[in-house]
Amino acid sequence: MSVPTKMGFENAASMGLSKEEWERVCTHLGRLPNLCELGIFSAMWSEHCSYKSSKKWLKTLPTQGERVIQGPGENAGVVDIGDGLAVVFKIESHNHPSFIEPYQGAATGVGGILRDVFTMGARPIALLNALRFGEIDHEKTPHLVSGVTAGIGGYGNCIGIPTVGGEVEFDASYNGNILVNAMAVGLAHSDRIFYSAASGAGNPVIYVGAKTGRDGIHGATMASTEFSDETESKRPTVQVGDPFTGKLLMEACLELMAADAVVAIQDMGAAGLTSSSVEMAAKGGLGMEIDLDLVPVRETKMSAYEIMLSESQERMLMVIDPSQAEIARQIFNKWDLDFMPIGQVTETDRLILLKEGEVACDIPLAPLVDDAPEYDRPHSTPEIPEEVPAHTLIQDISISAALKNLIGSEDLCSRRWIYEQYDSHVMADTIIGPGGDCALTRVYGTNKALALTTDCTPRYVEADPYNGGKQAVVEAYRNIIAAGATPLAVTNNLNFGNPEKPEIMAQLVHSVTGMKDACAFLSTPVVSGNVSLYNETDGNAIKPCPVIGMVGLIDDWQNAGTIALPPDAALFIIGQDATTNTGWLSNSIYAKSLAQHVGGAPPPIDLEAELRTGSFILSCYENKLVQAAHDISDGGMLVALAEMMLAGNQGASITLPDTLDTHSWCFAENQSSYIIATNNPDQLIRNAEHAHIPLLHLGKSNSNQELKISNGDLISLEEIRNSYETGLRSRLEK
Amino acid sequence: MRVAIIVFPGSNCDRDMMVAVETLTGRRPALIWHKQTNLDPVDLAIIPGGFSFGDYLRCGALAAHAPIMNALHDHAARGGAILGVCNGFQILSEAGMLPGYLARNKELKFVCKQTTLSVSSDTSCELIKSLDNSEKLHIPVAHNEGNFFADPETLDAIESNGQVVLRYGNEDKQNSGNPNGSLNDIAGICSSNGKILGMMPHPERAMGAGHESADGKKLLQSIFEAIVT
Repeated sequence: MSVPTKMGFENAASMGLSKEEWERVCTHLGRLPNLCELGIFSAMWSEHCSYKSSKKWLKTLPTQGERVIQGPGENAGVVDIGDGLAVVFKIESHNHPSFIEPYQGAATGVGGILRDVFTMGARPIALLNALRFGEIDHEKTPHLVSGVTAGIGGYGNCIGIPTVGGEVEFDASYNGNILVNAMAVGLAHSDRIFYSAASGAGNPVIYVGAKTGRDGIHGATMASTEFSDETESKRPTVQVGDPFTGKLLMEACLELMAADAVVAIQDMGAAGLTSSSVEMAAKGGLGMEIDLDLVPVRETKMSAYEIMLSESQERMLMVIDPSQAEIARQIFNKWDLDFMPIGQVTETDRLILLKEGEVACDIPLAPLVDDAPEYDRPHSTPEIPEEVPAHTLIQDISISAALKNLIGSEDLCSRRWIYEQYDSHVMADTIIGPGGDCALTRVYGTNKALALTTDCTPRYVEADPYNGGKQAVVEAYRNIIAAGATPLAVTNNLNFGNPEKPEIMAQLVHSVTGMKDACAFLSTPVVSGNVSLYNETDGNAIKPCPVIGMVGLIDDWQNAGTIALPPDAALFIIGQDATTNTGWLSNSIYAKSLAQHVGGAPPPIDLEAELRTGSFILSCYENKLVQAAHDISDGGMLVALAEMMLAGNQGASITLPDTLDTHSWCFAENQSSYIIATNNPDQLIRNAEHAHIPLLHLGKSNSNQELKISNGDLISLEEIRNSYETGLRSRLEK
Repeated sequence: MRVAIIVFPGSNCDRDMMVAVETLTGRRPALIWHKQTNLDPVDLAIIPGGFSFGDYLRCGALAAHAPIMNALHDHAARGGAILGVCNGFQILSEAGMLPGYLARNKELKFVCKQTTLSVSSDTSCELIKSLDNSEKLHIPVAHNEGNFFADPETLDAIESNGQVVLRYGNEDKQNSGNPNGSLNDIAGICSSNGKILGMMPHPERAMGAGHESADGKKLLQSIFEAIVT
């Protein structure tokens, strides 16, 4: 065979391979690789594609469950929701590209995760996101927020999938490395899920979708290195999104799948044609032969290396049933998309690429996938800080002043400025859109609805990775429960710094362990996920951010909850009473925002209490005892109550016991509790006693437009609303 | 009643509109692919929302020249009824079937929110005759280009002919809920014969049953009543 230019270790190093990995490449080939081959190895063995630093720990996560149809390892996880239907979902990061080019980075993040979902045979029905930006007053932040928001909307709005929820945080540790995680959720028939494993030697391999260009070449490798001042020069490696072509591709693929012509299908995401061809062939235990001259390109003289490593968007690779080829071609013609047989499945166990009649690449597949490096990176033992005593944090201001300040802060104020740029109700099945505990999306044509949320509290994870990992799960769990839905399963997005540093690796190891324990205990298996490492700029790591995306199910959307407070309802805290609340202000938003105290132990997590309280809330829904519900998290009880008042446009008067300082009562972030508004307080109290659930009668809602506290403090709803609604706009548009 | 929904590549509210029509009429509307050249006799043709052809050029500019449009012009020339929602409104403007055009939102951002609409007291629109114009309608918008604009003469003509059908906010109070900067708070207009209605708000997303409002249902219902009678 003809192998043009031979590569050396210096070439491998520039593509991110270590000396040991380089030697492994040469051993497997039995010779030196050429540029294309080295590019394929380096992309497949990049952190982004191989999970080489995290795999050991990801394997510990619970992935099985009664309802799980497909766990991690495919394009997305699949969970049974009954009546022959399944929910298909996954979250994925697009952090590095979004920092370099916020609009395209975020847009292609959305496009990529949507392809992962419809590749499985599911019609996408909802998008969520989890965003982290630098300090709100940092010079780059308004530009990045505007660009990312417009990019998410630009793709989702155009393709016509509603963006129904998400979370946004601002923190200095993200000044040089923002986080853009996008989650997509789809619906499929549970007996018609499509997988990526190729089968049938001789079956044609078809390229469909947009043409291949020189954009995003080696993007997966870029996503696997730290940032530096030269990052700006990487702008050409950011892909460009085309949601219109994405829409055509989605419709064409779903139509083709319905026609029963697809044997295997894989989207060309990170590492483009490389990862799609390698994964399809390797999963099927077969080989693949591709003629690169047949790949539709939009630029001339593209080399084998460029074609294989391009991350041009809106492309798919399929193996089809040859007898259905004509039907398939007609469907793609209808949608005006390229449909090009470029090769075939072989029995050789090798990936062979032809270019201009010569062999441009000949790689054994098994080592590329099975012998991908896997590291047990050293990790230190995290030093968990002490609880910062509440009395050292409490400010000498009124409760109402503290509330007004907190609810207008960038941590807690309304995200309306962002989410009004997302089409949140296209598809006409959004029951609860952005702004509540979780989003609620009706399952088309049924009474069922899916409850969807994304959550993480990085400041907790930084202080105590194990408990922080757990907390991301329990907060998501509470958000689903608060809407009256049953949590089903999760997807996770692990965002960390450089795993080669033992203290960063420790964050990963311990937070994944926390997630593992919480997911196992709450019976919410992890069915898909993504890892984003090397989130550092000039050696400064981000606050660790292991995001949980959770999906819950409610059998009848009409029984779903709301956070909107009705008038004349009795208000209860469920999960805490006058003696069990410890007034945990350490590492709270109150501490950060009002006392300017960052760090300290985060609130402890009691999984048994979470499960017991969560089950009790669901039983209250069954017994029609809930008129409104909201979980207590960032900002504490009074912030949660204020959000309920704002959503329902109602007032409230509350009485606090004297077992704690009033500030602790109002703003502590003790976990596993909810606020409930009920019109049947006697029954609620009886049921709680019977179930041994602590509860506290907080007060009553009313139609007065004010919040009245038993210590005489009073604040109008208008004043709270003004602070809440202007917090973001006033600082992003200044 | 025969209703057809015209589907362009990039239309994304076609299914939502189909569900809304079927809910109200009990009959599934025909979905007409843009490459068709024939529109069988229908009582109402609807152009749904979305991003026809991606709208990378001016919104609706490519769709206005799609093969099906000749048949739609013929339908209009026969006095047929047409409803264009959001991108449908933009397409009808580009096709010259409605006056004025839809420019980029004043704040240069996509806007998705609930709006309050007034039905013009002097509207000449034949399609919503039975709609009670004393009541405000709550129907959401979701668009990037909904900022209605027309030259002064055209605007005067539209106003004096009663072609303004819907306005954002209170009719007698300017800028009391305008989400996009449209002239005279215009949210929907009709053709001079009153048979073609273009509107930015999405009635198919305000059908009750889980939606925040049921006023879109009311509006669509009035259109079906007008066509039957």
